[in-house]
Amino acid sequence: MDEEYDFIILGTGLTECVLSGLLSVEGKKVLHMDRNDYYGAESASLNLTQLYKRFRNSEPPAELGRDRDYAVDLIPKFMMANGEMTRMLVHTDVTRYLEFKQIAGSYVLRDGRIAKVPSTEMEAVRSSLMGLFEKRRAKKFFEWVQNYREDDLATHQGVDLDKTPMKDVYYKFGLEAGTQDFIGHAMSLHLDDTYMTRPARETYDRIVLYTSSMARYGKSPYIYPLYGLGELPQGFARLSAIYGGTYMLDKPVEEIVYDDKGKFVGVKSGGETVKAAKVIGDPSYFSDESGKGKGEDKIFLEGRVVRAICILKHPIPNTDDSDSVQLIIPQNQVGRKHDIYIAEVSSTHNVCAKDVYIAMVSTVVETNDPEAELEPGLKLLGPIYDKFVEVAPIFSPASSGSYDNVFVTRSYDSTSHFETVCDDVKDVWRRAIGSELVLKKREDGEGIQEAA
Amino acid sequence: MSAPAAAPAEAPARPVQVKLVLLGESAVGKSSVVLRFCQNDFQANKEPTIGAAFLTQRCRLEDKVIKFEIWDTAGQERFRSLSPMYYRNAQAAVVVYDVTKSASLEQAKTWVKELQRQANPNIVIALAGNKVDLVRPSSDSDEPSTPTSATSDDDEADDATATPEDDAAEGGDEEGAVAASESRRQVSREEAEEYAKECGLLFFETSAKTGEGVVEVFTEIAKKIPLDHILASTRGPGGAAGRGAGRGGPAAGGASVNLNEEESAKKDACAC
Ligand SMILES: Nc1nc2c(ncn2[C@@H]2O[C@H](COP(=O)(O)OP(=O)(O)O)[C@@H](O)[C@H]2O)c(=O)[nH]1
Ligand SMILES: [Mg+2]
Repeated sequence: MDEEYDFIILGTGLTECVLSGLLSVEGKKVLHMDRNDYYGAESASLNLTQLYKRFRNSEPPAELGRDRDYAVDLIPKFMMANGEMTRMLVHTDVTRYLEFKQIAGSYVLRDGRIAKVPSTEMEAVRSSLMGLFEKRRAKKFFEWVQNYREDDLATHQGVDLDKTPMKDVYYKFGLEAGTQDFIGHAMSLHLDDTYMTRPARETYDRIVLYTSSMARYGKSPYIYPLYGLGELPQGFARLSAIYGGTYMLDKPVEEIVYDDKGKFVGVKSGGETVKAAKVIGDPSYFSDESGKGKGEDKIFLEGRVVRAICILKHPIPNTDDSDSVQLIIPQNQVGRKHDIYIAEVSSTHNVCAKDVYIAMVSTVVETNDPEAELEPGLKLLGPIYDKFVEVAPIFSPASSGSYDNVFVTRSYDSTSHFETVCDDVKDVWRRAIGSELVLKKREDGEGIQEAA
Repeated sequence: MSAPAAAPAEAPARPVQVKLVLLGESAVGKSSVVLRFCQNDFQANKEPTIGAAFLTQRCRLEDKVIKFEIWDTAGQERFRSLSPMYYRNAQAAVVVYDVTKSASLEQAKTWVKELQRQANPNIVIALAGNKVDLVRPSSDSDEPSTPTSATSDDDEADDATATPEDDAAEGGDEEGAVAASESRRQVSREEAEEYAKECGLLFFETSAKTGEGVVEVFTEIAKKIPLDHILASTRGPGGAAGRGAGRGGPAAGGASVNLNEEESAKKDACAC
């Protein structure tokens, strides 16, 4: 192949596919490759055969039903209904290929019991999670959030979102530890307590995102694509292809080729080197010797997450028989530094056979026995039919790519939604294109060509 | 020829939405067949259209209106990188081959297998032998081309490194062919029809260039599709195509959510 591309993209995970789609729409010439014969890389959804092959190298048990009824996610994430991923889907019109349903409920473990996360601030104030006086204080806090106007100092009540640490905000409103846990973990979805000492803006933004997402459809702040998360990369890949992007699955990458100054030249696959100006890829394409340019590391290890994909024959106990839930176990409740998350979906989302439930328990690894760290979550599930445990490294790019034209994306982190994936998309765009990503509404009218 | 099956404005019933996917080797004329069907147009030396791989066309059948939601491959067939999403909930497929390239029929057969593996088991499949204009003796050719030149075409048929430019050139080659006659034919009608019969596929020979057989492909598909069944199952999970599905009413486990809320009202208004 002697064509030259603007971008070669390695790996068809969601981050890479969103970038591929946006770059193609921008008129860039893109070649997108994946070593696997399926779309999605680490954000794929697998059928039963693929799942058992990946984790067991065996055939799935026949009693689980038809292969094609399954789409088991490898990472536990939902979409915030009012989040950035939703905006990207709508602006690119990728929504036309997909269908979404709500996640039915959001729960939190409190004093050893599973409690429903109230769906609005006001419901929180009314719920049994707080005592009478605490309710009053929480009400004042939420009113402050709601009324805050950037350009009206009076509404700030002395808080400078960019300076005041969150813990001082809690102190100002006199909120108890339990309420802080609720706001910081169940609503703001912070994974640990380090946010307390950081400026309040981050947490403020997260509360606004949570409440506006909750307000959109009602039951939970989350939505989820039918047939699994793997539909998202496929949708963006189609967008890319429609704008001229070339797709090659099942293409092993033998070598990333650099010139003698260590700058990217091309990608060698099947003995041939395809050239491009720039390469974007997920960390797995740079984690072995062949991916390193001139002895320089392209990525660094930030931490690890442990995930257990569990097949259940019943909904998670004490969650009102919901067909799908998020259940958060805040760190403080179980003496950890990081929260444990449980994400459950079911046949309602067309990801498994009827009467089967897929629950994923995950957390950031803190010890040498990661699987044991999931125990507080696993024991809430009831009998587990089968379980697949994986410890995944979280890699970050070691450099901006401005020198070598290599733009590495981040691994999927342990957050429960796609907001950090969108941040990464914008970051790679900024590094690779040199300007801010501006989402334009597609005006080409694909599909508007209706016969009169 | 005008798009004869298009429904008049006073169409009585709510249209039944049918997802139809195109399959077949690159350059056999998939996009051209759809362009002929939807816009009654043909472009020789057509470059792959950017930004249009999703067309809709309404088709009237007795008292029913079918709205075909036609998915083009967007070039993802080139390296066999179509996604499961493409096949998902398709109620119909048109598998196209080129009557002047025997290898393209072999490819068509593998796509039929792929459909049987990945798609909805009740999918209605039509096999279309396209570019039949190239083998019509009525053309302006003075002498038949040699089988040798046709064979050299064949060599390129499964070229995994073909590029869009190559394909366009290749198509143009055929389009501007000096000789057009039955001797360019590499796939006999009988052979393909026999195969189609064995596999329970509808069968047609078509020309996107002249329009021959194109509308028939879609009207025969429309006749074979269990429309009442689709209408009835629009409410069940996985019952209907794409974004239309959740609209019929609440499905078990809650209705789909519509992310395009602001725009949807506008779109719905002009859809019927
Ligand atoms: N003579 C002739 N040429 C055709 C016909 N259909 C398509 N072509 C040409 O074949 C080439 C490939 O067509 P295209 O629709 O892009 O094929 P696709 O890759 O299968 O979508 C183009 O140059 C078309 O003009 C046909 O029926 N007759
Ligand atoms: Mg085409």
